[in-house]
Amino acid sequence: MHMADALISPVVGATMWVAAGATLAYCSRTLRQTRQEQLAPLMGVLGAFIFAAQMINFSIPLTGSSGHLGGGLLLAILLGPHAAFVIITSVLTVQALFFGDGGLLALGANICNLGLLPCFVGYLLIYQPLLGPDPLACSARRVGIATALAAIGGLQLGAFSVVMLTLFSGISSLPVDGFLLLMQPIHLAIGLVEGLATAAIVLFLRRARPDLFSSIAPASSIKPLLGAVCLATALTAGVGSWFASTQPDGLEWSIARTSGATEQTDHARSWPAVDTSTSLEGLLGAAATLSLILGIGFLLRRLSK
Amino acid sequence: MSRIDDTLRELRSLDSFAALPNTLTRLDPRAKILATFFYIAVVVSFDRYTILALLPLAVYPVILAALGDVPPSLIARKLLIASPFALMIGIFNPLLDRAPLVDLFGMDIAAGWVSFASILLRFALTVSAALLLVATTGFHRVCAGLNQLGVPRILTTQLLFLFRYAEVLAGEASRMGTARELRACGRRRLNLGVYAGLLGHLLLRALERAQRIHLAMLARGFDGEMRGPHQLAWRRTDMFFLVLCAACFALARSIDLPRALGHILLGALP
Amino acid sequence: MSRHLIEARGLTYRYPDGTLALSDISFRIGHGEAVAVIGGNGAGKSTLLLHLNGSLQSGAGEVRVADLPVGNATLTQIRNAVGMLFQDPDDQLFMGSVFDDVAFGPRNLGLPESEVAGRVNDALATVGARHLAGRPPYRLSGGEKRAVAIAGVIAMAPSILVLDEPSDGLDPAARRRLINLLRSFSHTRIVATHDLDLVLDLCSRVLVMNRGRIEADGKPQAIFTDTELLARCQLEPPLSWQRRS
Repeated sequence: MHMADALISPVVGATMWVAAGATLAYCSRTLRQTRQEQLAPLMGVLGAFIFAAQMINFSIPLTGSSGHLGGGLLLAILLGPHAAFVIITSVLTVQALFFGDGGLLALGANICNLGLLPCFVGYLLIYQPLLGPDPLACSARRVGIATALAAIGGLQLGAFSVVMLTLFSGISSLPVDGFLLLMQPIHLAIGLVEGLATAAIVLFLRRARPDLFSSIAPASSIKPLLGAVCLATALTAGVGSWFASTQPDGLEWSIARTSGATEQTDHARSWPAVDTSTSLEGLLGAAATLSLILGIGFLLRRLSK
Repeated sequence: MSRIDDTLRELRSLDSFAALPNTLTRLDPRAKILATFFYIAVVVSFDRYTILALLPLAVYPVILAALGDVPPSLIARKLLIASPFALMIGIFNPLLDRAPLVDLFGMDIAAGWVSFASILLRFALTVSAALLLVATTGFHRVCAGLNQLGVPRILTTQLLFLFRYAEVLAGEASRMGTARELRACGRRRLNLGVYAGLLGHLLLRALERAQRIHLAMLARGFDGEMRGPHQLAWRRTDMFFLVLCAACFALARSIDLPRALGHILLGALP
Repeated sequence: MSRHLIEARGLTYRYPDGTLALSDISFRIGHGEAVAVIGGNGAGKSTLLLHLNGSLQSGAGEVRVADLPVGNATLTQIRNAVGMLFQDPDDQLFMGSVFDDVAFGPRNLGLPESEVAGRVNDALATVGARHLAGRPPYRLSGGEKRAVAIAGVIAMAPSILVLDEPSDGLDPAARRRLINLLRSFSHTRIVATHDLDLVLDLCSRVLVMNRGRIEADGKPQAIFTDTELLARCQLEPPLSWQRRS
């Protein structure tokens, strides 16, 4: 689920940009060190594959709804988490720039939620430990279960992160418990489906081209990544809580909401004055501003022809 | 599978405006990237109940679209397609936040509606700014600019490859999907097994293509290093554009222009 | 010895799964020759072509370009001398704009940017695509893609051109322009193709491949009149001849 610029505050957005940027720098350094020169076209084409795959929906059994692939976990299984993270970053960037999915400020948050969590937490901390050092030797059932658990884990954390970041931002009025109750079960279902789809593709590939797995997926160790994930989490939590304490508008307001305390007068004060003359003034000003802007646009269009 | 073809057309349509010769496309991409980021930061920095003070900022996308010859209808359509998430989360505001905030000619308007409108406005402003960045610069040059601004080359190369081959692979996906639909006897939806087979084949083809591209790169002397100089020339006009944008955004951030304008107009009325 | 010479001696190649793809291939192609490699699907044409610039290297036999053996030590020189045009231009046009794509090779040669620009412009002018320089590859027609791919190859200033199915997917007019362009080159040209009429128009010599072997090596007239050979190799005479008879 993409977070949107409109629902995110600058501090939260900037923090997540820092976290995403740090992970990107770390991944790009690691990838440069491996010196696999076939990686550039491979990553590029697989990014395009994920992009195309996300446009194809499949029906979810028993529900009548449909889902599509997120791709982070699949890529991590194929290429390792570092390359997968860079690929997901590129897919999200293109979606933000061309389709307005999420927007640029929220891009950092989306990269962390949909890239960092599935690639590093889902793959490195769930998938790999469950399958051990030789995933090719594991039974199809075991691969399926591990993939599903990894996908669910990644998405649950992602959904939780979306709720927390929305809350810290304080733009939406959703209460924390309600929002969590909405997001976590939905993403449990989505995670299960995504896990099954990913497992089905991995198993298909393993049958069709077993040679691929040994050749392209590099071995990677958990330790430096654990460090990176912890750092990013600490950073986010630190800045988030600092922000929440300086801006009562966001977190505390939501908590006050959910606990039933309504402070109506508090809101009324935030708008300078509630009387008819100022709203007339505002409406008039808004109309004048908009007509000015449209006038400028029209004029420029005329002049540039 | 017409959805894939539509998406592809969308992908290309935005980029094609960057080939038009005009003042904006000639600007250094870095100037536009920095201006866009500053713009978005200013828009989202407003208080959650702000509507009026945000309005003057609409001048930026309007001017960009006008100077860049980008049809407003295209941007509007893209905004509409991208809007569901902002709508879905935002619509809870009026339901949850019912305290009256504004008195409009005797009508009480709940704070939730105000913040909801503010969310939609922010959404429209930030997203159209990002879309117009690509439309007036071209993805190719955006990547060059990002590279010069310090984004790792591994990501900018990746972005260019992705953009280049999204078209090729989506074409393949679309043809495979059509072939399936023709034999699906009216069952339009994919079950998981068929889906995995379809995507698995697409993935195999993608991997084979990556191999062929790698061979083609090696045949022309590739040694693992992507070289693209794109010596971007920072000129005085670029500086002027950036400073002008920054000044305007800062002005809009510090003064509630519509209210001031309304005040003057109201005063002028008898 | 001439830079334009290419020679194979006893070349044999097995795929990783053990299938024999090339078996004892030998030939010698001289300066400025235009040679066609024809044969049915799976005859080994593409595999042979990939050996000519060292993309594939086999255990038995060798390829020599301008008297240099193809091997890891000589790979850079070999690839500067042998330009390779791949079957699907989409695989070859991987950069974001036509200019950058054609410049990819010269930049890898380490040339200064002014010379890169000169080479790109010359190469694009040769294939009649100067006006396309600023376009992204996805906004090119099939014929334009092929022309730009060729420009990308000749911008490296190779002495030998190896082309895999160059007329594949072109409309008749684009195909005719391609043939005229290839005829105008003075490079040594090796063309793998199913387009036998292109062979008649372009090539003075034909290698016929079947199941990884060279079945025949001769002038097009002689090869295309040998109906028994053609049938054995999943081929038939060029269409322009069939209409005449």
